[in-house]
Amino acid sequence: MKEHILEMAVGLFMIVGFCAFGYLALQLGEVSFLTSSTTYIINAEFDNVAGVKKGASVQVAGVVVGSVAAVTLGEDEVAVLALKVDKKLKVPIDSMASVKSQGIIGDKFIQLSFGGDEENFKPGEVLRDTESSMDIESLISKFAFGSAE
Amino acid sequence: MKSNSIANLGNTGLYVLTDLGRMTLFLFKAFRGIFRQPFRFKELVRQVNFIGVGSLSVIFFTAASTGLVLGLQGYYSLNKFGAEGMLGSAVSLTLIMELGPVLTALMVAGRAGSAMCAELGIMRISEQIDALDCMAVDPFRYLITPKFIAALISVPLLTVIFDVVGIAGGYVAGVSLMDVSPGSYIEGMRSSVTNHDIWLGVIKSFVFALLVVWICTGRGYFVREIRGAGFGAESVSRVTTQAVVLSSISVLVFDYLLTAVLL
Amino acid sequence: MTSAIEFKDVTKSFAKKDGTVQTVLDSVSFSIPAGKTTVIAGGSGSGKSVTLKIVLGLMRADSGRVLVQGNDVTGAKGKELEALRTQFGVLFQGSALFDSLTVFENVALPLRERTKKTEEEIGSQVHTSLSQFELDGHEDKYPAQLSGGMKKRVGLARAMQLKPAIMLFDEPTTGLDPVMAQEIYQLFAKTQSEFGFTSVIVSHDIPKIFNLADRVIILNRGHMDVFSSPEEIQWSEKPHIREFVKMTMGDIYQSHLVEI
Repeated sequence: MKEHILEMAVGLFMIVGFCAFGYLALQLGEVSFLTSSTTYIINAEFDNVAGVKKGASVQVAGVVVGSVAAVTLGEDEVAVLALKVDKKLKVPIDSMASVKSQGIIGDKFIQLSFGGDEENFKPGEVLRDTESSMDIESLISKFAFGSAE
Repeated sequence: MKSNSIANLGNTGLYVLTDLGRMTLFLFKAFRGIFRQPFRFKELVRQVNFIGVGSLSVIFFTAASTGLVLGLQGYYSLNKFGAEGMLGSAVSLTLIMELGPVLTALMVAGRAGSAMCAELGIMRISEQIDALDCMAVDPFRYLITPKFIAALISVPLLTVIFDVVGIAGGYVAGVSLMDVSPGSYIEGMRSSVTNHDIWLGVIKSFVFALLVVWICTGRGYFVREIRGAGFGAESVSRVTTQAVVLSSISVLVFDYLLTAVLL
Repeated sequence: MTSAIEFKDVTKSFAKKDGTVQTVLDSVSFSIPAGKTTVIAGGSGSGKSVTLKIVLGLMRADSGRVLVQGNDVTGAKGKELEALRTQFGVLFQGSALFDSLTVFENVALPLRERTKKTEEEIGSQVHTSLSQFELDGHEDKYPAQLSGGMKKRVGLARAMQLKPAIMLFDEPTTGLDPVMAQEIYQLFAKTQSEFGFTSVIVSHDIPKIFNLADRVIILNRGHMDVFSSPEEIQWSEKPHIREFVKMTMGDIYQSHLVEI
């Protein structure tokens, strides 16, 4: 009987431990083999994505619909972001993507503004209508020295 | 006088060298014990109960208070920049990558490591280990390997439990006591923690578990060979103190090294 | 007479803290006859336990050879060493019972770890030998709950489980009162006549231990003197033996012998 209680306690400990690990992995990390079937990728080309990191959120009207899966450099010095969004989300092909930030030093995120086209993006297609990161330095110099350019 | 001090230095150097070699062979034999038959599954369960289940309460309280303090302290600092929204990310990253693995390892070293060291030390001085040898029972397979495996199972699990409890503590401090919104705490956490961070924490906890169980069982096993330990009961108490101090320091050193290499 | 254990020119020395070398065994040769009782005596620090450890392979001699049952075991390793050790049963000075195991589990340990017997077979064998050593009813006690004499009996029962050819006793009566010691000696004699093993007793419990001895080996500063009977020690002309006899046995023992 005593042996029995011991084994049960150890079993319970293992379950609690693995649940905690599961929580960390599923809630905080990104488990690709679990989420890949429910998402698809749209590539978006930007002139400048300074400050956008892998894992940054993709939002529509302030609602998180996905995340940035990869940040790469495409041809002609354009930055390509792989936007991983929910499969159920239909993105019209005349939508616009812009880099925004939460507060002045906050994290950067990608905002999608939907267009009105009937046709939607298919997985892997490229979105070119984009608005790049605001360059804080040039913004400040604009305020400080009037219109610099 | 001068030549005497040089001789002492050489002596100490030789001692450190043999000690390190002894401990390395010890580690090798402990792992070899996994492949020796029969494997003592019941002893493994007993050890997981001792190291894992037995440490749950101390881990829970340490994690909860660490999380609460991180929440309050983080709120105080971030509030100055109007960046309370970052609280979730700050608390979760600190816990998962640093405090979770380190504090868990230190707690286990203090609670279970010291007990393992004293147990083996007493078994050594009362000739119980010699008795195993004489019965042709491998003391590594019989005594030490189950402790190694139990530590390698328990410590990572305790670490993730520490992480989760700590994050919950941070939530209580930030959201319930202060005025951070629940959504920004949880979203901040989700968007900033990556798989890489979680893996870093897990790898650290495995390395720390190995360090603690290796040093604590090794010191106890070699209680007679350790210089300046003395004899009898006193030697066990001295060696136990040494084992806890040594394993705590090596956890902190390896924490820095692993962060530097893997971050 | 075949010998169970044979030492040939065995030397063992240790480096002391101050850098000097202490020779504990200096080219020592002796043999221990099979089926008999041999007592190894000597003052503390004379190398008694070192001799025992070399026999068991817990320590290696610097030079010389050790034969056990005719096999050279000087450089034994791994499986060889394991095979060598299964021929021995050892009763340690402090009994060396496992604190975390009950009396039953202690005695059952060699059977569980070294044989393929089922739990039932082990149970019946352990119970038989426990009653043989008058330990009935103490199966579920832990070593800390036993008296010194009982611990010795449990230790003896445990050492006997694998039916060893050679039994080694390390200071078997240390920490026991004289009555208890006498009982233990009687138990040794009884079990030996029953199982017919070779027994080697390391002790400084002189002269009582001599009653058991067929042969006595006296260790002194790395040297060894072998006597075929306890009485022979009395007639030795060597000055250090005479001194040893006078120191350990006193005049009482001598006069006692004279009376006989």
